[in-house]
Amino acid sequence: MSNAYLTLSRVDMTFTGNNGVVNPVLRGIDLKVQCGEFISLIGHSGCGKSTVLNIVAGLLRASAGGVIVDGREVNAPGPDRAVVFQNHSLLPWLTVYQNVEIAVVKIFGNSKTAAERKAWILHNLDMVNMSHALHQLPSEISGGMKQRVGIARALAMEPKVLLLDEPFGALDALTRAHLQDEVIRIQGELGNTVMMITHDVDEAVLLSDRVVMMTNGPAATIGQILNVPLERPRNRIALAENPVYNHCRQEILTFLYEKQRKVELITTARQAQGKASKPQAALKA
Amino acid sequence: MNITETIEPIRLSAPVAPSALPSWLRTAWRGFVNHVLPPLLVIGLLVLVWEMLGSRPGASLPAPSRVIEDTWELILHPFYNNGGNDVGLAWQLLASLQRVAYGYSLAVVAGISLGVLVGQSTWALRGLDPLFQVLRTVPPLAWLPISLAGFQDGNPSAIFVIFITSIWPIIINTSIGIRNIPEDYRNVARVIRLNSIEYFIKIMLPAAAPFIFSGLRIGVGLSWLAIIAAEMLIGGVGIGFFIWDAWNSSRISDIILALIYVGLIGFLLDRLVAWIGRAVTHGTSAS
Repeated sequence: MSNAYLTLSRVDMTFTGNNGVVNPVLRGIDLKVQCGEFISLIGHSGCGKSTVLNIVAGLLRASAGGVIVDGREVNAPGPDRAVVFQNHSLLPWLTVYQNVEIAVVKIFGNSKTAAERKAWILHNLDMVNMSHALHQLPSEISGGMKQRVGIARALAMEPKVLLLDEPFGALDALTRAHLQDEVIRIQGELGNTVMMITHDVDEAVLLSDRVVMMTNGPAATIGQILNVPLERPRNRIALAENPVYNHCRQEILTFLYEKQRKVELITTARQAQGKASKPQAALKA
Repeated sequence: MNITETIEPIRLSAPVAPSALPSWLRTAWRGFVNHVLPPLLVIGLLVLVWEMLGSRPGASLPAPSRVIEDTWELILHPFYNNGGNDVGLAWQLLASLQRVAYGYSLAVVAGISLGVLVGQSTWALRGLDPLFQVLRTVPPLAWLPISLAGFQDGNPSAIFVIFITSIWPIIINTSIGIRNIPEDYRNVARVIRLNSIEYFIKIMLPAAAPFIFSGLRIGVGLSWLAIIAAEMLIGGVGIGFFIWDAWNSSRISDIILALIYVGLIGFLLDRLVAWIGRAVTHGTSAS
């Protein structure tokens, strides 16, 4: 499909350490994302998911291959690919309002009037339900609230692609559930193109249209892409007994824990006990 | 399914009737008992011990009662002016503070600039750091002869001594603050495409501010130390000269009074810089 909104084409990434050690992190990443699609990237720790996101964001330069967003090549960071970082990255000396303001003033300084900018900031903070804490410092609000402000800041940049780097990894399970529901609601209202990195299988199936599963490093690549044909808006309690939802979960878990399990001391221990190890299922072409 | 039973709340005894004092008085009293009374008692004890030791016949240092008796005139009239170097203690202290103000301000400007340079540029760090590490170990008074030779005048020499003493903690702490800016802030700036000047003003300085103010606090303490010592050598109006002059005239009580004032002023200077630092960094400092 040549009219994909976001395309990663034969992306390789190799890091060279100070002592000359060459570390191939990614090999041959090919991915096409349509406009308005919600993609999750899932895989074991250290397989290079954040590297993929940073390359799309422009924070890293790929060693080979390229990324194209809306017909333009990506080679530098910019507000059209807004990032929500894992540890919120709010500036601690600015209030909630000012944290969003610093981005809006920089990006829309010339295109919007002061009154329009103010209304836009308030609109975005209202979108994430943070209107009650506009003048509080990050040290005075909870982790979930900080991450909401991070999301508001990213949305306020009117990005073409919204990049979420394990946005709920640092939060407890209940807050994570609340924020996932917020993201589902925001996605329903705005219809952004979103790429999210996550470790959580349930989160991936609940939020995304497609789940991209990465193989283990080094030289990780895309192992399998799963389509999630669930209707929106999605309700986590109703979906808990939905067979399609459970099938998707099972596919992902099979990929992660059988096809791509990290073969470490577990295998040695099993062999020592004389148990037969499960046969590796063949990878889908 | 079992239905959980509602538990009867346990009735506590009736609450204590509030005391007749208004709440601000109670807070003030609690503050007094917790924070003012302990040091007052300890100081009172020490003064008592000093009184006993100083009242012995042949004691080399005067007892507190003797000190107050001797210096009563000085305490009562801090602003007297009999011309020349014979002025009240307030004028002496103000003269010293003025030299500190000049020297310290120069050190702040130069120190923060050099600190930012060294923090930003690895090459500057490699070039300047050995020089800093060697020069900062030179004691303040050792700078005095060479600055006198250079400036040929007591006042600028004293200001230079303050400058060269207090600049090192400012440079070092500023450069550490600049180097310790989290990578995430840098990434945020890149995504919203801040240019270098905006990045410096909006992110770098505020992020490094807690470190910079730690350096400033240490620097102001060192300035005050340096000026007292330098004034003993160069003379003129100043609390250091007053102390040295009192020693030469064997007015030990005056020395003790001057020391108390010097300590109090040093404490106030430190608190002032700390307060300014807290106000500027909105309480987001590392300390």
